[in-house]
This record gives sequence, C-alpha cells and structure tokens, in this order.
Amino acid sequence: MDPNDRPLSPHLSIYRWPITMVSSILHRATGVAMSVGFVLFVIWLADTASGPDAYAALADAMGSLLGKILLVGWSWAFFYHLSNGIRHLVWDAGYGFEKEQANASAWLVIAAAVVLTVVFWVVVT
Amino acid sequence: MSLRSPLGRVLGLGTAKDGTSHWWGQRLSGIGLLILGLWFVVSIATLPGFSHNEAVAFISKPFHAVLLMLLSVTMAYHSWLGVQVVIEDYVHSHGLRIASLILSRFAHIFFAAVALFAILKLGIGA
Repeated sequence: MDPNDRPLSPHLSIYRWPITMVSSILHRATGVAMSVGFVLFVIWLADTASGPDAYAALADAMGSLLGKILLVGWSWAFFYHLSNGIRHLVWDAGYGFEKEQANASAWLVIAAAVVLTVVFWVVVT
Repeated sequence: MSLRSPLGRVLGLGTAKDGTSHWWGQRLSGIGLLILGLWFVVSIATLPGFSHNEAVAFISKPFHAVLLMLLSVTMAYHSWLGVQVVIEDYVHSHGLRIASLILSRFAHIFFAAVALFAILKLGIGA
C-alpha cells in the first residue's frame, strides 16, 4: 500500500458518530453561524439608527420565508452554543468527564437548545 | 541548571509566556455573553413589537444602550477568537491563512465600530 493512501485518523466517514463528536462539531458550527449572525445584529443596529426606510428594508427581508428560517436557525444556534458553552465551563471546572456523563450532557444540551428555541418563539409571537 | 540547548537560547526559542491568554479570553468573554446574551434574547422576546419606533425606543434607553455596547464589543471579541481558531485549523496555505486572519480581525473591529456608532447615535439622540 502506498504510504500516502493510508487511512488517517479519525476516520470521519467510517465510524458511527458518537454523540459527543456531534455535540463538539455543532459547537463550532453554531459559533461560525453566529459570527455571521453578528453581522446581521450590527446591520439591525445600523438600520435602526439610519431611519425608518432602511429599517423597513431589513424588516421586509427578515419577514420573508428565507429570513424567518435564518432567524429561527440563528436563535437555535444561540441557545445551542450557550447551553454547550455552559457544558464547556463545567468541564473547565473539572467535572463531567466520565463517558456516561459526557454522553448524557451532550443529549441534555441538544434537548435544552430545542426547548429554549421553542419557548423563545412562543414568547415572541 | 537549564535543560535548554545553547542554540535554542541564542534563537530565543521557548514559551511566549502567554499560552493561556487566548483560552482565558474566550472563557471570560463567554461568561460575559452568557449574561449579556440572555438579557438580549429575553429583551427581544418580550419587546412589545418590532416596528422602527419600538426598536429606537428600546435601543435608546440609557441602560439598554450601555448593555448593547458591552454586548457588541464582547461578541466581536469572542467571535474574533473563535473564527481565528477555525481559520488556523482549516486554512492550510500559509499566505491565505495570514490573509484570512488579518481580514477577520479587521472585519470584527469594523463591525464593532459600526455597532457602537449606531448605538451612541440612538442613545444620545443625534
């Protein structure tokens, strides 16, 4: 076998993903998504300061189907990153490293993010 | 007795003495965003409406303006640190990596400046 063709760890396409792996990459993905969301947040501030016309253009864009999907996505990303961020802080304090604990907290975070997102939109509307 | 090689000493190799500052900055800004972010989403969720007037009224309250400025700066800082790690992990070409790191840093500072200006404009009522 050619040394260059040897399979490299961590075999992302071969192993069944453990839930901790999913929760880890979701933390990064939601973080990047919110870096983009930060730009929208700034545009919201800038358009509000510019006046009613600029604000109306933004409100129209975010009121469209795509805009609504993005807003729901960003709110979920926020709640996921926040919940998993707390999980990271608990790890930093030295707790929750056992396999069962890490698996359980991964599911807890995923569930919490969905529940918080639903609660948020119920309160908004 | 030092275990460092003479060559390493001459070249000034060794720890840069700030190995934990990036990690610590990410945690501190994360804790800040935990508070500021929750305040923001609760405020947005309980806003009476999303018209231009209501947005202006919300942002221009002095206490809200201060918290929004803190939120903007902390978010820009936290996002800058996070995006930096993502670029370092995934952009392998040296030149492109340096260029992306510089661009990301400038962009984060730019958007933070826009946010601060907009909040101050509304808060001071210019």
